[in-house]
Amino acid sequence: MTLHQPLIDVHHLGRSFDVRRKVEGRRRRSRESVVAVHDLSLSIDAGEMVGYIGPNGAGKSTTIKMLTGILVPTEGRVRVAGLDPSRDRVELARRIGVVFGQRSTLWWDLPLRDSYDLLQKMYRIEPVRYRENLARFVELLDLGDQLDTPVRQLSLGQRMRGDITAALLHDPEVLYLDEPTIGLDVVSKGRLREFLRALNAERGTTLLLTTHDLQDIEALCDRVIVIDHGTSVYDGSLAGLHARGGSTRTLVVDLVDEAPPVQVPGATVRRVEGPRQWLSFPADASAAPIVAAVAAAYDVADLSIQEPDIEDVIRELYSRGV
Amino acid sequence: MASPEPAQHLRTYARIAWLWIRAAWQYPTSFVLLAVGNGLITGLDFVGLWIMFTHLEDLKGFTLPEVALLYGSASLALAVADTAIGSVERIGTYIRTGRLDQMMTRPVPLLVQVCADQFTLRRLGRLTQAAVVFGWACTHVEWTPSRVLVAASMLVSGALVFFGLFVGFSCVQFWTTDATEFANAFTYGGATVTQYPLAIFPREVMLGLTFVIPVAFVNWYPCLYLLGRTDPFGMPEAFQLASPLAGILTMAAALLVWRTGVRHYTSTGS
Repeated sequence: MTLHQPLIDVHHLGRSFDVRRKVEGRRRRSRESVVAVHDLSLSIDAGEMVGYIGPNGAGKSTTIKMLTGILVPTEGRVRVAGLDPSRDRVELARRIGVVFGQRSTLWWDLPLRDSYDLLQKMYRIEPVRYRENLARFVELLDLGDQLDTPVRQLSLGQRMRGDITAALLHDPEVLYLDEPTIGLDVVSKGRLREFLRALNAERGTTLLLTTHDLQDIEALCDRVIVIDHGTSVYDGSLAGLHARGGSTRTLVVDLVDEAPPVQVPGATVRRVEGPRQWLSFPADASAAPIVAAVAAAYDVADLSIQEPDIEDVIRELYSRGV
Repeated sequence: MASPEPAQHLRTYARIAWLWIRAAWQYPTSFVLLAVGNGLITGLDFVGLWIMFTHLEDLKGFTLPEVALLYGSASLALAVADTAIGSVERIGTYIRTGRLDQMMTRPVPLLVQVCADQFTLRRLGRLTQAAVVFGWACTHVEWTPSRVLVAASMLVSGALVFFGLFVGFSCVQFWTTDATEFANAFTYGGATVTQYPLAIFPREVMLGLTFVIPVAFVNWYPCLYLLGRTDPFGMPEAFQLASPLAGILTMAAALLVWRTGVRHYTSTGS
């Protein structure tokens, strides 16, 4: 009999900031309103894994801050788990986890374990549940040997895993991740993604992550929301985003000898420089037949594929006014 | 099911503070040197007063033990407030570094976290020094049961007044992120002023310290009562017993400003 209620429900949300700016030749500073987010609507169901992307300054962080109750919206309505984040911030805090990629919440000079013990008290996590969770995350994230090491001696990847564990000990329904893989090496990134997938599968934790790394999205998210100039410009699957943005992948071919532009079906030559040629083809098409066709018809010294840059896709998307 | 909220908050505060103490202990030498240095520097304050008295009979009719009572009680109240919630004056830094954002995602009131953050016993030096001066001055007071009561309430209310001033003036940083100096002018400035008998100041200063920044209630009025003196400015005698009220009002005003500040908070760029 209850109506279906999304876990995160946002209607015509907006936030603007008053900025004082010094104007040349005038004594007084002028005041102006800068719009960070405007008319943003979205809804996310429990258990979804959503990528939230957009160029710098698009309003990603401002949105996350309104969803967590840090910032009070200047227009519109937000509900997370049925609560108004800015009004019920402390209550909501028990039900969400937040990881800000570039800032650690851990006690720098103390072992991880001490930070976790404090969090247990802060969130009033049942001791049994706490021990179970800690054991599980330590195992999944391979943190066993680091629990008693002072945080300052951990590597960036270990600290990030430590921070994610810290955000999950109280079984949050939603986990917000702000640039979780920034600065990590390939192995750490892969391990982290694997963990997040497992978390979602095992516990149904809803995931909202902002990232610049397209591979994070590809590995984790069924759904992408693109924000630019403070409002949502795309909401759907990643494949759909590429199709809509008309994005292309590039096959870079190094031929043994210089040759006229390569002719293969499904790809067009964009650039020729001596024996090197750049072929572009739609991002949602497979590279295999094109590579096969090129290799069959020409003497190839080397091949590589460049993935589309998410920033380019978004720029393209926005300039078309989709 | 759980104990009442304020007790919970106090416990959380203590736990956070404890973690910071242990973190500081990772560098014991630095910790000890800072605490001793701090005590010595504040100790010089009182030595200054002492030297002054070797040239003077009294300060506007107040003898050295009487001035020591004023000085000791104000310093003690300030040291307690400063130790307990001193980090609140750093909220400007917390805002700039995004630390405040992190605290806002925890299920503990922001003020509790901010006050307990970077808790340090470094100010233990100042606390000890103030306690010694106050203890010595107390031996010159003729104690009666009511004076004991007023003395006890003076220390608690004094700390409350300083709590309020610290919190209230730190909130300015919600609007303009670097105003620590501005806040210090009122908090530490107010504290410095109270180390002398207010009788040495013009009446207008005394009125300001009573009604605007109520530091006169930290020590001046209750000490008049302890010393059995009449108010040189002829203010109502009831003021000498009004410190708890002043403490509660200052604290209430500060909490109101704090709430408004948090609502107004605009975070940083990223």
